[in-house]
Amino acid sequence: MSGHKVRGQRIFRLALATAVLVLVAPSLLADEIRNPFSGDAKAAKSGEFEFRINCAFCHGLGARGGGRGPDLTRAHKRHGDADADLFQNISQGIPGTVMPANGTNGQGVGMTDDEIWQIITYLRSIQVQSPGKPVGNAAHGKELFYGDANCASCHMVEGSGGRLGPDLTAVGTARTVDSLVESVRTPSKRLAWGLTESTKEFAQEYRTVTVVTPDGREIKGVTLNEDQFSLQMMDTAEHVHLFEKDKVRSIQETRESLMPIYNLTILSDPDLDDIIAFLLGVGTK
Amino acid sequence: MTVPMNKLRGLCLLAFVSTLFAIEAHAQVTFERLLNASNEPQNWLTYSGDYAGNRFSPLDRVNTSNVNSLTAKWVYQTAATGKFETTPLVVDGILYATGQDDRAFALDARTGRPIWLFQHQLPSDIRPCCGRVNRGLAVLSDKVFLGTLDAHVIALDAKTANVIWDVVSADYKEGYSYTVAPLAVKNLVILGVSGGEYGIRGFIDAYDADTGQRKWRFYTVPGPGEPGHDTWEGDSWKIGGAPAWNTGVYDAKTNQIFWPTGNPSPSNRGEGRSGDNLYSNSLLALDADTGKLNWYFQFTKHDEHDWDATQVPIMIDSGDKHLIAQANRNGFFYLLDRATGKLLSTNAYARTTWSDSKDADGRPVPNQQSSPTPEGRTVCPGALGATNWMAPSFDARTNLFYVTAREQCDIFSTAPQPYEVGHAYYGSAYFPSDKAEPYWGALRAIDPASGQVKWEFRHISPTWSGVLSTAGGLLFTGDAEGNFIALDAALGKPLWHFQMGGAVYASPMAFAVDGKEYVAIAAGSSLYAFGLP
Repeated sequence: MSGHKVRGQRIFRLALATAVLVLVAPSLLADEIRNPFSGDAKAAKSGEFEFRINCAFCHGLGARGGGRGPDLTRAHKRHGDADADLFQNISQGIPGTVMPANGTNGQGVGMTDDEIWQIITYLRSIQVQSPGKPVGNAAHGKELFYGDANCASCHMVEGSGGRLGPDLTAVGTARTVDSLVESVRTPSKRLAWGLTESTKEFAQEYRTVTVVTPDGREIKGVTLNEDQFSLQMMDTAEHVHLFEKDKVRSIQETRESLMPIYNLTILSDPDLDDIIAFLLGVGTK
Repeated sequence: MTVPMNKLRGLCLLAFVSTLFAIEAHAQVTFERLLNASNEPQNWLTYSGDYAGNRFSPLDRVNTSNVNSLTAKWVYQTAATGKFETTPLVVDGILYATGQDDRAFALDARTGRPIWLFQHQLPSDIRPCCGRVNRGLAVLSDKVFLGTLDAHVIALDAKTANVIWDVVSADYKEGYSYTVAPLAVKNLVILGVSGGEYGIRGFIDAYDADTGQRKWRFYTVPGPGEPGHDTWEGDSWKIGGAPAWNTGVYDAKTNQIFWPTGNPSPSNRGEGRSGDNLYSNSLLALDADTGKLNWYFQFTKHDEHDWDATQVPIMIDSGDKHLIAQANRNGFFYLLDRATGKLLSTNAYARTTWSDSKDADGRPVPNQQSSPTPEGRTVCPGALGATNWMAPSFDARTNLFYVTAREQCDIFSTAPQPYEVGHAYYGSAYFPSDKAEPYWGALRAIDPASGQVKWEFRHISPTWSGVLSTAGGLLFTGDAEGNFIALDAALGKPLWHFQMGGAVYASPMAFAVDGKEYVAIAAGSSLYAFGLP
């Protein structure tokens, strides 16, 4: 029965085509998501204006990283380097970070797809291909981090270390070297951001808080979160405390970081370079 | 015809029972009802609750003595993301509101159960500046009116959400949009356009409520030959901005609307548009029937900080004085004569660094150090202003004007930016100042006569919640941490709060059904209604 045969062939062909499609589709898809303005200088200029309006608030003028957002001139980006990744991250935001979806945060405007591509074109135009190897010795930096420099008593890297300060696993890709140095030498200048709530405009800072309980105990630590009526904190022994503000004797909060000031007598420049080399290495894995 | 007594009794009983257990909605909202909104305190008929802009509820059963027992009565979830800025309307037991992405809904105001849901189909390439937001509806006759993000004005049947008419005001591809709650006056639906970030030419429109036919348009940037045109350099007027994206007020005695306007474009670069840039950042007194300009007052001339003057103004009558007050985004509180627009007094109600002196009219003038530079300069208030669109409130009994203030300084920088149709057009960037204190906020009570801040209730971070005052001696406001808070209106002391689980970007309102009072506010992606147990 020819009809039967034909049908069989058709089914076979269809199956083959589907298999090929399944095998090829991801790369086809990646190929299709290309920047339509790639290399276009005029688009890069438009992108620079879009960037100033929409991105510079966190990523700084020139995309070299503000105190909040990462340096975007680096070729390697933690959440993906491909055009498609950048497009996805700008339009949808990055879950679990303060990076918002396009047009949702009140900062800047809702961008069209073309405008997002123009920003990517701009970022490509200022991208530093080889940022240079970190000057320090990462292995020594790791020793210092977990040893003499005592960083790990408060900071965790890849699941190992303390809890009082921010986890530093990703800090190497999230922050510029300059801002890392600033955080070590002058920790109170710009407090790190902690908890970010999806609907809230500003993230919680790592502020220092001292609570005197009704029975007179003084508890010092870091603010995990707070509102007008309640406070959630971690004390220096890593105990979490939950307070209703009207039920304690006093609450004092300061923007003097609990982190000690690592000046040159405590930590030399070469040792700091080593620690930063360690952090950059962890972050780029 | 006589009706036997027992039958009459039965009829009365039936009527009584139906009043208790069922609501028969009469959606016909006449202009007279809007004019006399205070006669039906159970309803909330306009964006600000009345034509004067007071956002004051005459309801008093929820008051300072029992507010501590207020509880959540219902929650309506929109399931949408983004800022939820609506102020609901309530008409005879039905609540009408808008949500993100130009959805609208009608709820049983006692239970929060939907009666209808409406979703305007938006094109994929709309240009909302600051979120896909909408602040509410207007109601007139048997229709509710919606302005959309693609610059449509739509009349919906209040009972079904059937589209009665749908007109296009302007081309959204050029950056025009609506986020405003329209104001219904006589048989007109009045609303102002958004798009000051895109180099639009701003306008305020009035549409026939029955047909959707445009009755008048007032361009907030005057064209050639019109007064004020010479306050723009060259062709800059064509892309001069001056949107009008918040709801104005209406004075029936003089048949005028008072409508505030926003920033000139580009918002943070004055080069290329030298001059005062009328009628940006102004309060306009327009004839409600014709849109003809009677007077204007410009709060910030030649603005370079995006300090829209779009805050809701409030009409205050004090003896024979007919006044209008505004707590402006630039950090000053202004009191004007409503008949002439003459400035009577102005005082800072928040931290301001941009002005050290006043001109002959008493208007604060900018100092040299406030103009943005390529490298950037720190100025207070910051780019989002000392306040913004969140609604203020006035309580004639405490004689206090309540406003949500933001304490935020920013670094303003400027850059030459060519205009491209439909592209964001700021000519600038702004950043948080490194040296500045962390941002914070406060609800402030201002004595309108003296302009002095009488007290403040401090928020630990700035909030986008407006304020409602009530005859119960209460203020209601929300915060960025998700609390809904009741305060003593005279003293500013917090009396009650409820954690709603999402930040507030909305202004509260109050209503009553079957004699039971409710206070409602949007938070996160939900609308909450609170009442006594």
